[in-house]
Amino acid sequence: MSIDQSTAARVAKLARIKVEEDQLPALASEFNTILGFIEQLSEVDVEGVEPMTSVTPQRLKRRADVVTDGGQQDKVLANAPDAREGFFAVPKVVE
Amino acid sequence: MAELNKLGLAEARDALRAGDVTSVELTEACLTEIEGAGALNAFVHNTPEIARDQAKAADVRIKAGDAPDMCGLPIGIKDLFCTKGVPSQAGSRILEGFLPEYESTVSGNLLDAGAVMLGKLNMDEFAMGSSNETSVYGNAVNPWRRGNDEAALTPGGSSGGSASAVAADLCLAATGTDTGGSIRQPAAFTGITGIKPTYGRCSRWGVVAFASSLDQAGPMTKSVRDAAIMLETMCSHDPKDSTSADLPVPNFEAMLTGDIKGKKIGIPKEYRMDGMPDEIETLWTRGREMLADAGAEIVDISLPHTKYALPAYYVIAPAEASSNLARYDGVRYGHRATLAQGDGITEMYEKTRAEGFGDEVKRRVMIGTYVLSAGFYDAYYNRARKVRTLIKKDFEDVFAQGIDAILTPATPSAAFGLGEASDDPVQMYLNDVFTVTVNMAGLPGIAVPAGTDANGLPLGLQLIGRPWEEGDLLNTAYALEARAGFVAKPAKWW
Repeated sequence: MSIDQSTAARVAKLARIKVEEDQLPALASEFNTILGFIEQLSEVDVEGVEPMTSVTPQRLKRRADVVTDGGQQDKVLANAPDAREGFFAVPKVVE
Repeated sequence: MAELNKLGLAEARDALRAGDVTSVELTEACLTEIEGAGALNAFVHNTPEIARDQAKAADVRIKAGDAPDMCGLPIGIKDLFCTKGVPSQAGSRILEGFLPEYESTVSGNLLDAGAVMLGKLNMDEFAMGSSNETSVYGNAVNPWRRGNDEAALTPGGSSGGSASAVAADLCLAATGTDTGGSIRQPAAFTGITGIKPTYGRCSRWGVVAFASSLDQAGPMTKSVRDAAIMLETMCSHDPKDSTSADLPVPNFEAMLTGDIKGKKIGIPKEYRMDGMPDEIETLWTRGREMLADAGAEIVDISLPHTKYALPAYYVIAPAEASSNLARYDGVRYGHRATLAQGDGITEMYEKTRAEGFGDEVKRRVMIGTYVLSAGFYDAYYNRARKVRTLIKKDFEDVFAQGIDAILTPATPSAAFGLGEASDDPVQMYLNDVFTVTVNMAGLPGIAVPAGTDANGLPLGLQLIGRPWEEGDLLNTAYALEARAGFVAKPAKWW
């Protein structure tokens, strides 16, 4: 499985990371090195093996469906690059 | 008492309780040492005012007579832990200026017990790295050098700042985190002790997430006893982390008897790698002899899927990272790129993440995105999760045979030079070849300094224990430590 430049560009787009056109060949080549390393996994017989979902055999805890927190709008917004009138502000989303 | 910064946790605790020293004195000694150690670049956010206030408060508690073990002991906190009102950047530009409104459970447990926070410690960006070379703060530097050679060496990673600070006696101990070896590899590179507990022992709440099914916090200390003391304080059941274990936390220190007679220690044949340096092989053999000398029974074992742990890790960890790091979008916290006229929200995400993340983080986020994308999910991600099941089963099988702990080298080499290994990502990944299996299986693992290489650099051995049996593991490590007798310290050049 080899990754070409257009695949690298598609992955960068999916990951929402801007990659300049001239950086794509190097990126594709790095992907191929790493995927070549990962490729060893195809040697393993995994027939009938369950994929791991939890490393410790514990049941996830359930909690009562009640409000336990809240009323901290100022704290929630304190680190925002752009907060206005009690909201996170972002560039226009809908034309 | 001279050179208080050189004390370990246990000695300092005992001196505090005996009234021979105050927390303020211990703290001042460390703050002075940190000020003079800029060349190590270990501490990246200093908090001397906080430390002095906490030290005064600790002295009051100690005087009152019922202070917990960690009370008054000055430590460093890895930058990955969110600390209230103190910069917590995970070594990344994307979290520049972020001041958490809350305290991570682990650092909170330590502070509640009266520990003194000296500052935040350097690390690889988002804990992704094995040499501390991916940090936005620049490289942390190992206090050890190859004899008289002045070449700067890596303290390992990702907890490189923690390792450097403890080895150089800038603090009494430090917190670390370990996703594939990030406590144990730097501990081995700097001649200190580091334990990663069983997955679920320490709450992950408030620790910046890298790969949630693998991440665990743990202490990095000057001795096994110190590791036992600090680990107990760090562990707790936490309703805010649904994977945190609802199990009692034992008094680990009380379990350090040094008696390991009749314990079965497994030696896995798959850890004998091609091209492994002779001195690592020799160290491993000496480790077997030391444990046998302590009365343990040495048993050859097989962990047949060892070879596949690292490739499976490099599917699972990036996959989880790509999901966890999706939150860095320039909206809620941290860096936001300056936008051009007409840029919409997608350009904001893309530019923010391109500017905020370093190369290794971008690489892993994109690899993770790829292995989770439609058409590749089964071939890569699901296959890796099946291999992970087999890796865990390897360990379950040997534990079922009665093995109590497994002895391996901690790293495939001693500390290498900064810049020597950063060209090829896969070569760098091989640093974690002996440690990553432990994260994949969720087990406790500890690195203990056990010898030096031809250049006088420290080398570590790793012990792997049964799940939840950190006390027994620490006791085996304690017996190993006593026989290894590693007392060397780096000569001060910084």
